[in-house]
Amino acid sequence: MTRILVVDDERPIRRFLKASLGSEYDIVEAVDGADAIRVAANEKPDLVILDLGLPDMDGVEVTRRLREWTQIPIIIVSVREQENDKIAALDAGADDYLTKPFGAGELMARIRVAMRHISSPEVQPVFESGGLKVLFSDRIVTIDNAEISLTPNEYDILRTLILHAGKVMTHHQLLRAVWGTAYENEVHLLRVNMSNLRRKIEADPSRPRHIITEPGVGYRLMLL
Amino acid sequence: MEHRPDPDELLKRAQAEEQAAKRGKLKIFLGYAAGVGKTYAMLEAAHQRKIQGIDIVVGYVETHKRAETEGLVDGLDVLPRKQVEYHNVTLPEMDVDAVIKRRPAIVLVDEFAHTNAPGSRHPKRYLDVEEILDAGIDVYTTLNIQHLESLNDIVAQVTGVIVRETVPDRVLDEASEIEVIDLPPDELLTRLNEGKVYVPEQASRAIDKFFRKGNLTALREMSLRRAAERVDDQMRSYMQTRAIQGPWAATERLLVCVSPSPLSERLVRSARRLADELNAEWLTVYVETPQFASMSYDKRDRVAKILQLAEDLGARSYTLSSTGSIESTSQVVIDFAHKNNVTKIIAGKPLRPRWQEFLRGSLVDNLIHKSGDIDIYVVTSSDVPSFPADESPLNLHSPIYKYLLSAVLVGLSTFVGFVIGGRIEPTNLVMVYLLAVVVASVYLGRGPAVLASLLGVFAFDYLFVTPYFTFAVSDTQYIITFIALFLVGMVISQLAARASEQAAAARQREAETAELYDLSRDLAISADLGSILAALQKHVEQTFSRTVAVLLPEENRLISFILSTGLELSEEEIAVADWVYRHGESAGRNTNTLPAAQLRYLPLKTARGVVGVVGVGKTNSVERDLTPVQRRLMEAFANQCAQAIERVRLAEETRQIKLLQSAEKLQNALLNSISHDLRTPLVSITGALTTLEQQASELQSPAHRSLVKTAREEADRLNRLVGNLLDMTRLEAGSFKVKMESCDVQEVIGASISQMESRLDGRRIEVHVDEALPLIPLDFVLIVHVLNNLIDNALKYSPEDSPLDIKAALVGNEIQVSISDRGVGIPQDDLERVFDKFYRVQRPENVTGTGLGLAICKGIIEAHGGRIWAKNNADIGTVFTIALLVEESK
Repeated sequence: MTRILVVDDERPIRRFLKASLGSEYDIVEAVDGADAIRVAANEKPDLVILDLGLPDMDGVEVTRRLREWTQIPIIIVSVREQENDKIAALDAGADDYLTKPFGAGELMARIRVAMRHISSPEVQPVFESGGLKVLFSDRIVTIDNAEISLTPNEYDILRTLILHAGKVMTHHQLLRAVWGTAYENEVHLLRVNMSNLRRKIEADPSRPRHIITEPGVGYRLMLL
Repeated sequence: MEHRPDPDELLKRAQAEEQAAKRGKLKIFLGYAAGVGKTYAMLEAAHQRKIQGIDIVVGYVETHKRAETEGLVDGLDVLPRKQVEYHNVTLPEMDVDAVIKRRPAIVLVDEFAHTNAPGSRHPKRYLDVEEILDAGIDVYTTLNIQHLESLNDIVAQVTGVIVRETVPDRVLDEASEIEVIDLPPDELLTRLNEGKVYVPEQASRAIDKFFRKGNLTALREMSLRRAAERVDDQMRSYMQTRAIQGPWAATERLLVCVSPSPLSERLVRSARRLADELNAEWLTVYVETPQFASMSYDKRDRVAKILQLAEDLGARSYTLSSTGSIESTSQVVIDFAHKNNVTKIIAGKPLRPRWQEFLRGSLVDNLIHKSGDIDIYVVTSSDVPSFPADESPLNLHSPIYKYLLSAVLVGLSTFVGFVIGGRIEPTNLVMVYLLAVVVASVYLGRGPAVLASLLGVFAFDYLFVTPYFTFAVSDTQYIITFIALFLVGMVISQLAARASEQAAAARQREAETAELYDLSRDLAISADLGSILAALQKHVEQTFSRTVAVLLPEENRLISFILSTGLELSEEEIAVADWVYRHGESAGRNTNTLPAAQLRYLPLKTARGVVGVVGVGKTNSVERDLTPVQRRLMEAFANQCAQAIERVRLAEETRQIKLLQSAEKLQNALLNSISHDLRTPLVSITGALTTLEQQASELQSPAHRSLVKTAREEADRLNRLVGNLLDMTRLEAGSFKVKMESCDVQEVIGASISQMESRLDGRRIEVHVDEALPLIPLDFVLIVHVLNNLIDNALKYSPEDSPLDIKAALVGNEIQVSISDRGVGIPQDDLERVFDKFYRVQRPENVTGTGLGLAICKGIIEAHGGRIWAKNNADIGTVFTIALLVEESK
């Protein structure tokens, strides 16, 4: 059974997580950052649910330390006030985040996405989701079987998001992947290209279905 | 060998180019006399530029009512002139501020050398032009060659007309283009006879004298030569940058030594011409001797003026100091020359009679003796100008009583002579008189000492040398005694006087140092602004016996913080101080800028900029400008004070920042802990309820499911309330950080709708965003928050199945996003109050809410520098609109 490490200093939250997830997953718990690193090393969990506001060190630091030796998926849970920490944790290598309070359904969905990336890290030659189809071998993108033409940057953005489908990608991660490290802080570049890309692939760019904006954090490609 | 451009040369050129790029460019239309057509040529050039589509305006052009010139002014944009009142006469002048405000690409300014009406900002028009150039505006101007400072004396010699309106040569050197407007003298004279040249009535006689063919030819030659030199310079600089080998000598450096003598002015002008011919850099030095302190005010002022003239002509001037002897003066000059790699020294030919030079030594001889590999040029003048009586080597200025005292001293010696005279040789009595001379020279000064030695000789002769009581001398040996007594007395008085002058100078310098030290000690112990300013006031008043004012900026205005008693600053005075504050240069009384002011204003300058302005007024007794020494001391005072103010300011800023930081830290810690404590239970509750909803929902009864759903919705509501309360607290505490980034409004709207998806419950939202809206600076997260609140609000106050409309459009320089519902609307009186905290419109139905959402929206939008308002639709529902500036507001 898949083993999940829940890191949170609040007992009621740990208890609710155990109750919600316990039927499907094997749950191990940690109450602070040091504990989390120790348990992660000993119990070898397959996924970590990590609270950012821990009493001994913040979740960003825990992420960084875990990433020194393991690539297991890390899902951050935090309250809204921790926008910058959220981005920092994602940039440090966390896979996804959820804002507290959250529903059990949302959490399950995120866990499934993260687990799928672990189980099949290989990229499929064809990606298909809700009318959007990408043939990587030929760099062909179609919407409802009609081919559309993307600029190289737009294509790269789309490809990068598909590689991490379902997970959030921060602005920095996207900029680094598409333009290179030197452009890491040119968020407006990304916004302009994203706006053009949406106009091409979304039926209504004001209410995007494929690429969702995570305010202040980045973008997420939805699996429809 | 390959010829590479000298990197230093390239750097120098690059720097000059960079400097020039920021500044406007100056183009001078240079002529040799009135009537050659400068103004005409300038206007023609202006028309050409205008055709090229360049924004060109007339700042000031004098047409002298001549039809052909006036015709050319037509079609150009002419700025109105400023009318300056002076002695009930209104004089039209160029309006500098209007020019700078208008910001054309090029402005035309006629008569570069014009002297402005008294009371104008700058006494000379060329200074106005410099201000315009500094503002980055190009200037076209006209100039006659005789107005050039370095040619001033030659022009006077050639034409016999003394030109008072002059411009410094550097202005011409710094001009980026010079266009010579030439006309053969014969044609000019024909034009003059035909009445085509404007001649002011009152000056017609002088003009007749001026407009002679000989004069005109000479002036024409001067202007052509000057222009040729200019071209030569440009050629040289061109060849240097492109590393073309040329026959240029190693860079020459000239040094010219000046004194208070009126000849120095000529010396400086010659130096400038020589420097031009050699294409050399030049320096001016004045060597200050201990006698400087005892020099008359006029002389000291003359030195300052000569140094100023040299600077105007493009030199750098320095003041050195020596002990006063010719030896040390020449040594100081030579040392300075060596240190600055000077290749040629220029000195004036001595004007003293030969015998004095023989006695005291000659500076020129001394310089030549010590110069080594430096060339010495001695400049002379055929006609010696009237030379005001210099202090003769025997400076005899002393009060009468000192002379009387020295007579008394001689009397005393005579008395002693009578008492002991019988017992010793008469020759030894000379010693007693010598003692009197020594005492007189040490305590009474040079003049009384000379008198003492003369009287001594006479008294000795009359009383103690046979035959007694006559001036006749029987023994001719006594003649030698007399001469010896007299010469020894002279030498002693000379030496003693110099020693006491040196002591006086040392005392003066020590006094200055002590003053400065006193001030800096007072400043060092001043912990706040008030005591710093009080210290400055005290010291300025004590040292200079002058009134003082200190002005510091407060909310973009200068406020006088310190004023000497009885001193009041008018609006005009404050305007002068403001100019000083903005330009960081001295102005006011006895300066080149706004000299009509009552006070002389100095900027309080530090490395970070100007922190304030100090004004020095008149003395209580004598009406006199600050001497150069006082000026230097005053500048040192201002510097010290500026540093102290800066120190206090920085300390205060640091304290404020620390205070703010700790307050902010505390606040954030508090808010985060409240947020954590309030939200944690909600996290468990929501989590538990959603799990219940999801797990085995088919096993539960509909009533059970509905209960769980209600509980969950209420938990959501509680969460929103907590969020709103925290936001409001943050907003009020000012700890909301707005992080502006260029964003796409459409994306903001999309993000908001997707966040509100669960609340929509199937309600439709019609979105209409205009094509191609620009990215605008905003805080993405906060604006999404605003839209969430507005959508939530619209959903609450409209029927359950009615749609919402969201529109975004560019209106003027704002992007407006409006959200309209189909609800009942808001009573007209409440349209503004809905944004107040905890204010809720009274409604028949019971709609839940806290009355915080809109207040938060308003707070966030205002932090963005935007606007938010509510309006009722004509038919049904309410529209909330937010407007954000396309450009980031300052």
